[in-house]
Amino acid sequence: MADVSLRNVVKKYDDVLAVASINLEIPNHEFVVLVGPSGCGKSTTLRMIAGLEEITDGEIEIGGSVVNDLPPKDRDIAMVFQNYALYPHMTVAENMSFGLKLRKFPKAEIKARVDNAARILDITELLERRPKQLSGGQRQRVAMGRAIVRNPKVFLFDEPLSNLDAKLRVQMRTEIKRVHQKVQTTTVYVTHDQVEAMTLADRVVVMNAGKIEQIGTPNDLYHHPATRFVAGFIGSPAMNFVPATVESNGSGLRVRLSDTLSFNVPESRAARYKPHVGKQVTFGLRPEHITETRGHQTGTGQDFSAVLDVVEPMGMETMVYFRINGTELCGRVEPTAAGAANEQMTLRANLDHMHLIDPATGLVL
Amino acid sequence: MSVATASVPASRPVATGASLRRSRRWALWTSYFFLILFAIFFLAPPYYMVVTALKTDGEMAKLATNPWFIYDGVTLDQFRILLYNTDFLIFFKNTIIVTVCVVIITMVVSVLAAFALGRMRFWGSSILATGIFLTYLVPDTLLFIPMFQIVKSLGLLNSYWGMVLVYPTLTVPFCTWIMIGYFQSIPKELDEAALIDGAGHMQMLLKIFIPVALPGIIAAMIFAFTVSWAAFVYPMAFLYSSDQQVLTVGTVTSLIRGDVYKWGMLMAGALLAAAPPLVIYAFLMDYYIAGLTAGATKG
Repeated sequence: MADVSLRNVVKKYDDVLAVASINLEIPNHEFVVLVGPSGCGKSTTLRMIAGLEEITDGEIEIGGSVVNDLPPKDRDIAMVFQNYALYPHMTVAENMSFGLKLRKFPKAEIKARVDNAARILDITELLERRPKQLSGGQRQRVAMGRAIVRNPKVFLFDEPLSNLDAKLRVQMRTEIKRVHQKVQTTTVYVTHDQVEAMTLADRVVVMNAGKIEQIGTPNDLYHHPATRFVAGFIGSPAMNFVPATVESNGSGLRVRLSDTLSFNVPESRAARYKPHVGKQVTFGLRPEHITETRGHQTGTGQDFSAVLDVVEPMGMETMVYFRINGTELCGRVEPTAAGAANEQMTLRANLDHMHLIDPATGLVL
Repeated sequence: MSVATASVPASRPVATGASLRRSRRWALWTSYFFLILFAIFFLAPPYYMVVTALKTDGEMAKLATNPWFIYDGVTLDQFRILLYNTDFLIFFKNTIIVTVCVVIITMVVSVLAAFALGRMRFWGSSILATGIFLTYLVPDTLLFIPMFQIVKSLGLLNSYWGMVLVYPTLTVPFCTWIMIGYFQSIPKELDEAALIDGAGHMQMLLKIFIPVALPGIIAAMIFAFTVSWAAFVYPMAFLYSSDQQVLTVGTVTSLIRGDVYKWGMLMAGALLAAAPPLVIYAFLMDYYIAGLTAGATKG
């Protein structure tokens, strides 16, 4: 187990910049998730830590020593791949012990480690089977087992759940978290699924276009996104964004979304937004902060009414879609309170959770 | 008919099922017909060989009887004379030595070459891979004159060891080509997993690639075996004393004297020579097919 640090790490393929000078410190035992859309450089970053890709510039340190020029086998890492990458001609036990055999571990030790990992992952009865005879979830467990037996300094996961069906994915997600709580190995996990990122991570690293947009705990990213990209990427359904202007309103401020609709900015935020009076901004509010008008919530609620375009019942809640000034917004309301499509409905915006974003820089103000 | 069907909608699925069965039966009959036709077409020559090999010389000389049947009784004389009174066994032994050596050399060279060309990205690797395949397109009938010079300069003229040297020029390119395709069909993550597990390139090849690509390797081996077992032009050009001859050329040169064809022994010899490939194909056919169609489906 060890710290991992990336300092000014750059990866270029010919002239294409895949990863643009990123810095990341991962303390021992931490579970870090790299998340971002495809092509954002998250997998490349992971592969650079693994040693499967050379780095163009910068420094990668594992356990206090620079590993830039070390081959993967000497970095003491274990990796779980999206397509499992199990050796098809070996049994589960042979798959798991392959790395230990190559490192010339004594037989008894290998057996003990394989048995232990099999117990942790509940695959003891599969040890003599071949990968072909296993289901997707079982294969994924074996791939994790192969990582665990090595007892490496760092676990690397490259979208390990993408090939599983939705139900199994949720199950394996919990499994991965449970295993990490048990073995406590420093883990770097890559996914494009923000739910996976939020549920698994101690800290999430949001990447976009080869750069790190924000590093923080899941709650941090959710409630205090640093950029419009993070605000839009984290959370499902995504945050609503509406073009708006900041106006003075007596001693306070208000944001104008359309000719007929403006919201008063809560006092706690007024000072922060004061310098932007008169400017064009993007107003951001999550769907769960647009609700029905029942009095169960605290905070600065402001009512407005809208004609619903689409109503999507989800069971425990209902999504309502409506337009403000041509931009579609989504709200989450109590199923019993939801109106029907094409009907007027009064909604309440909880502005304590609002964000204003500079449209030019994409930064949250 | 259609009126009846329309008036009884409930019977429609049954009618569809029946027509499905009917079209399936048609497909079956058609394929049986053509399969039997082709089987007869391709089995006629071997049948003729067997029949001729079991006849006496006297019967073969009679022009009056139907050559497709045996009238004067079955005899194994042709085999006996071939095995005891000619150099056939020497040819057989030479062929086995040459073939085994060629198969070994081919597999070592082409597996290593294919691993390098198919898996290690290096400058010019794809051009090299194409280049290797292009050498396969040059026929041996064009190459045997320059080859003659080379074999002669090495002092291997009229020695079956010369064949061990020249046959790989026929087998290595194609086998490398098959193996490149096969190795490329192995997911990249498998070598990455092996790299992380601590395998070097040689261990990766021996412990992962060769076992996983076994069907492809066996297909390539069968190809190399067939080519060197049946090669004709090179031994014809390079070997001339009977103690160095291989089956293909030896049988022909020793059993055809001027315009005298010893048909019985020729056919007996051809049958015996065809036996080893037949046995190998019979046992390894599944591998051969799996090897040639590799990558067609998800594993």
